[in-house]
Amino acid sequence: MARAVSTRRTVVFTIAAWIIALIIFFPILYTIITSFKSETEAIQGFNIVPSGTVESYQAVQAQSNYFKFFLNSVILSLGSTLLALLIAVPAAWSMAFSPTAKTKDILMWMLSTKMMPAVAVLVPIYLLFRDFGLLDSRIGLTVMLTMINLPIVIWMLYTYFREIPGEILEAARMDGASLWGEIVYVLTPMAVPGIASTMLLNIILAWNEAFWTIRLTTTNAAPLTAFIASFSSPQGLFWAKLSAASTLAIAPILIMGWFSQKQLVRGLTFGAVK
Amino acid sequence: MGKIILKKVNKSFGATQVIPGIDLTIEDGEFVVFVGPSGCGKSTLLRLIAGLEDTTSGSIEIDGRDVTGEAPARRGLAMVFQSYALYPHMSVRNNIAFPLKMAKMDQAAIDKKVTDAARVLNLTNYLDRRPGQLSGGQRQRVAIGRAIVREPSAFLFDEPLSNLDAALRGTMRLEISELHHQLKTTMIYVTHDQVEAMTMADKIVVLNAGNIEQVGSPLDLYNKPDNLFVAGFIGSPRMNFVKGEAAKPWNAPTVGIRPEHLKLSKESGTWKGLVGVAEHLGSDTFLHVNAEGIGMMTVRAGGDFPVTHGDTVYLTPEEGRIHRFDDKGLAIR
Repeated sequence: MARAVSTRRTVVFTIAAWIIALIIFFPILYTIITSFKSETEAIQGFNIVPSGTVESYQAVQAQSNYFKFFLNSVILSLGSTLLALLIAVPAAWSMAFSPTAKTKDILMWMLSTKMMPAVAVLVPIYLLFRDFGLLDSRIGLTVMLTMINLPIVIWMLYTYFREIPGEILEAARMDGASLWGEIVYVLTPMAVPGIASTMLLNIILAWNEAFWTIRLTTTNAAPLTAFIASFSSPQGLFWAKLSAASTLAIAPILIMGWFSQKQLVRGLTFGAVK
Repeated sequence: MGKIILKKVNKSFGATQVIPGIDLTIEDGEFVVFVGPSGCGKSTLLRLIAGLEDTTSGSIEIDGRDVTGEAPARRGLAMVFQSYALYPHMSVRNNIAFPLKMAKMDQAAIDKKVTDAARVLNLTNYLDRRPGQLSGGQRQRVAIGRAIVREPSAFLFDEPLSNLDAALRGTMRLEISELHHQLKTTMIYVTHDQVEAMTMADKIVVLNAGNIEQVGSPLDLYNKPDNLFVAGFIGSPRMNFVKGEAAKPWNAPTVGIRPEHLKLSKESGTWKGLVGVAEHLGSDTFLHVNAEGIGMMTVRAGGDFPVTHGDTVYLTPEEGRIHRFDDKGLAIR
């Protein structure tokens, strides 16, 4: 909708948007600032100009191997995303293109599993992991992350696939495309943006998941979330080190998110406006 | 060739019977229009012929070959959809070429056919655009282009013009009719618009609740409707129906008179009435008259007829243009 907006209004709104964005972003910004302070500076109260020391980063790396955690984060988030897509694509596909009377109920049921607090199933899951020898294993955690994000992945893909008009598939069928031809030439090219943004979102969700990754791992399979948590322990709180660890943990996903923001926004607002 | 024969074709969705059993023969080269109100089963019937829906019972033959169980692609038909159903990620060129590519035709032959089709349909300058960059009429032409390159034995059109505005609809109607004269291929066209049916068809099939009410040429249906449904559906504005006492002189429970077959006078006539709304179109004037003992009737006066709301007029039906119907609504001839 084209509506004439005066320059003054534009300026006011732009400033307001920047202020709100800054407020939302401030905790992350302050974490980054704090990571460049010494421990003494960090506990001296509010100060947004750090001395610029990198001693916290050195200490963090000396204390525990960042790259091991980083690698685990990559393996867990990519692994669980691929596994989730492997299950969700056919599931969403069948629900979108040949729905039955129960499709809506199944979708709601899947979503309802996300309404339960995770802690409610902590004990049974923990015991199952213990009995199957999955504690602190990458495979166990990959499966766990897949399960918790699967409902969202299926829902997102379902809405995407629903947007592909059935008539286009019928047209392909009339045009002589085999099922394979239909998938390769028509369905996939049309679904790729949807699958891609679902994948990005799921990687972010898996990367940031902290409840299960911290509780089900100790050292071998521990990702960056556990790496951060490990700096808030026995000897007390070391704000600068904790901030340095947090910055290191969120940096990769922040960079990835920055580069893929166009895809992400499209993914998250898909179907909102027809 | 494109002779299509439907034998006792029946379609049910679960317990709901949509088409209770239809027999119909479509001759090679005919332009057949399926017309009826929404939900009458006309689109379903087309989709059964296309193979996009499975026939519950009965058989469909194309050129003597039973295709009832065949996949859509193997029936040799091409379809144009209401939503155009173009492939949004492909250029116009690739959209038109798609069926040929699926048929594994060699590239040189594909290029030639696409160029020819584009020339016929005035799309030459748009070949490298995406469907999203085209207007509604152009998209419809691409959809038609994609259908004609296959040289199908019959074309199926599923309400192809209903997404276009009135002016464009008129133009496209002519273009499709012109195309039929050029190609001389069987065309089956589904619409709810009786004007499209009357102007384009060689043969009209009037459907109601899954049943064929009547099959015939446009003028057959106009002059000799078999029943009240066809009489009311074909012709615009709608036929007037006179029931009870007023229909007695013609010895039938119901008689029908088309608006254009009522003579209008300010002095005298068979029925007296008061003018309600008068629609002055310039070429015609349509009067909605509340006739004594009958109710609302529509009358067409050629050219300009100077009356206003509340005037008294007299209506006289043209003898020989009166349609008589029995208790069951069937025509008495």
